[in-house]
Amino acid sequence: MSFVTRGFSGRRREPDADLPPGQTLVDDWPVLSAGVTPLVDTADWDFTITTETATHRWSWDELQELGVEDVVVDIHCVTHWSKLRMPWRGIPLDVLFEDVETEQDYVMAHSVGGYTTNVPLDELLDGRAWVAIEAEGEPLTPEHGGPARLLVPHLYFWKSAKWVRGLTMMDSDEPGFWESAGYHLHGDPWKEERYW
Amino acid sequence: MTRRPSVGWHVATVVESSPETPSARRLVLDVPTWPGNGAGAHLDVRLTAPDGYQATRSYSVASSGPATRVVLAVDAVPDGEISPFLVNEVRAGDQIELHGPLGRYFLWPPGDGDPDSDTGVPVQLVAGGSGVVPLYAIAARHAEVGGGELRLAYSVRTPADAFFAPELTALVGAGRLRLDWVYTRATPAGWSRDAGRVTRALLQENTIPATHRPTVYCCGPTPFVEAVAGWLLELGHAPERILTERFGGS
Repeated sequence: MSFVTRGFSGRRREPDADLPPGQTLVDDWPVLSAGVTPLVDTADWDFTITTETATHRWSWDELQELGVEDVVVDIHCVTHWSKLRMPWRGIPLDVLFEDVETEQDYVMAHSVGGYTTNVPLDELLDGRAWVAIEAEGEPLTPEHGGPARLLVPHLYFWKSAKWVRGLTMMDSDEPGFWESAGYHLHGDPWKEERYW
Repeated sequence: MTRRPSVGWHVATVVESSPETPSARRLVLDVPTWPGNGAGAHLDVRLTAPDGYQATRSYSVASSGPATRVVLAVDAVPDGEISPFLVNEVRAGDQIELHGPLGRYFLWPPGDGDPDSDTGVPVQLVAGGSGVVPLYAIAARHAEVGGGELRLAYSVRTPADAFFAPELTALVGAGRLRLDWVYTRATPAGWSRDAGRVTRALLQENTIPATHRPTVYCCGPTPFVEAVAGWLLELGHAPERILTERFGGS
């Protein structure tokens, strides 16, 4: 017997094949963060990739010079909202990893303020992840993670770390901040990998 | 880790629905399979229509502890899909589904709600509107367990818009809580201050000073939390001692 709540019909929209299960479309852009919003000056900011042997470093300007790409992606928050066909601009991680040599398969993203989130390396490559600096035609505002946030739209949006500063390679898939607090290690919205 | 209750889907039966404010209702739910929850936790509510259509939203829990009675207080978001249904349609005997408990971050006692953790650290709660729900859970728990200094700064539009007003007043009366109201639209008769939004000066005047190193829990609409958290930093609170929960959008 399937479960039904008496009297509930819901507000339907046209079904959208791009909307994963349990998600609702929003037109605005909600803000979710666990702590305070840091104000980051791009003059003091750099981006690092740290491997078992080396640290690769890019200043704000050096990062832009690598080539900023225009992408249109869907984003899905674990708190059940999604935004579809959202324009972003960012530097593809494929470009950042071009000269990075590592044997390690997992990545921990680190943010200003101490936030962390884990992602397998192969999910950050092949045109699936960016260091994003603009959304909807504007520079990313601090509450949305500006000046730069990770953008990994095929995973729930807590993986797209706000105020990102760097990536550290890891031997195993260690949990980050939310992953240590009950959220799924992987976070595929199409499989509803919300919690564990 | 071992104390963490299991998270799953639960069928909840509405035991009671009563008015909380002119736009909100308190729902008391009986959830026989509920594993209990820490103070400050949230859960997902899922509603299913006869044709299988489902909609899910997150709500903070106003109750805590091992009980299988779960208390929510839901404000009807104008033009919302779920909250007006929960506020205006749901009545005793109705069933909804819950997923949870969720959130092991915004909990008191600190550190995953660990009862052995240090409860003596001063606690400052800052609430905007219905954002008081998880903070009320924390205040009630704190009053039960005992601990260090506990203070709540609560911003509401008018006295009638306050959630858990009798319960909070009782905690104050029992000497368990210091409560500072900020009224943004209308004050009670004879109130010492004109109605108006929280400012940095008002926040400073109505909260535990940063020199006492309180843990601050702030919950409310996104612009409220952004403003308050920014002022807390300016007042000298360390970012790692400021926990936030925001809501807004849909």
